[in-house]
Amino acid sequence: MDTLFTPFASFGGGLLIGTGAVMLMLGLGRIFGATGILSGIFFFETRDEMAWRLAVVAGMILAPVLIFAVTGAMPALTVPVSPAMIVLGGVIVGLGTSLGSGCTSGHGVCGLSRLSVRSMVAVPIFMATAAITVFLIRHVIGG
Amino acid sequence: MKLFYGFLSGLIFGIGIAISGMINPAKVLNFLDVAGAWDPSLALVMGGAVIVTFIGYRLAWRREAPLVGGRFQLPTSTEIDSKLIGGSALFGIGWGIAGFCPGAAIPALGTGRWEVALFIVAVVAGFFLRRIIGALPGARLPQ
Repeated sequence: MDTLFTPFASFGGGLLIGTGAVMLMLGLGRIFGATGILSGIFFFETRDEMAWRLAVVAGMILAPVLIFAVTGAMPALTVPVSPAMIVLGGVIVGLGTSLGSGCTSGHGVCGLSRLSVRSMVAVPIFMATAAITVFLIRHVIGG
Repeated sequence: MKLFYGFLSGLIFGIGIAISGMINPAKVLNFLDVAGAWDPSLALVMGGAVIVTFIGYRLAWRREAPLVGGRFQLPTSTEIDSKLIGGSALFGIGWGIAGFCPGAAIPALGTGRWEVALFIVAVVAGFFLRRIIGALPGARLPQ
């Protein structure tokens, strides 16, 4: 299924993502890593540490609801893979991000902006394995 | 105040994810499908987010401490180990299979789609799996 090239919306959305990451650093002094924030809700040392993460997640979940309230339409979301693939991919994402200590937001946005050496290693690796995986699924196995 | 800043950061980040198209697995998979229906939009998401975060972080760090107190908490490790490399490689594979990453899937939960909830449950299962593997006798992975 083709999707349209949306340079302005995508760049503008990126600016907002960065703004959210900066706000969390300015306000709480924390990295905006979705993996760390999500896992910190389940594995936490103090209740206070869990509470701010829950507040971030609540804000994230309410974003499409706010967009719906303002524009009258939910953001476009098409899932082109089967439920089995969602479960398989999800478990691998959970395992991989907790081993590698980050994902697209923690290593990608925040880590690269901090010029973190670990993130500069992590990002090209996950971009490459993701592209190779899609290539294998779509053009070798599915092709 | 801590919860308010956390909530607002999450909300702005989530609106960015929705507007940018990162929320849509069809678009994410097309971005990764460089040999097929390639949609380069999401490179602009990362570009926009990193520009704002790179500059914004440096402005934030001019302060002695975050707005709500405490201190700036940044990862200090610079070690490039097998966990970072293997974990990042796995994350990319899972991302390529499912089309969701954690930072996009959490806001996507707000659209109410069951596929997103299924993905999040699988990711959290992956977090627990990593803990179980780390706790096995003889496991080389530290807990």
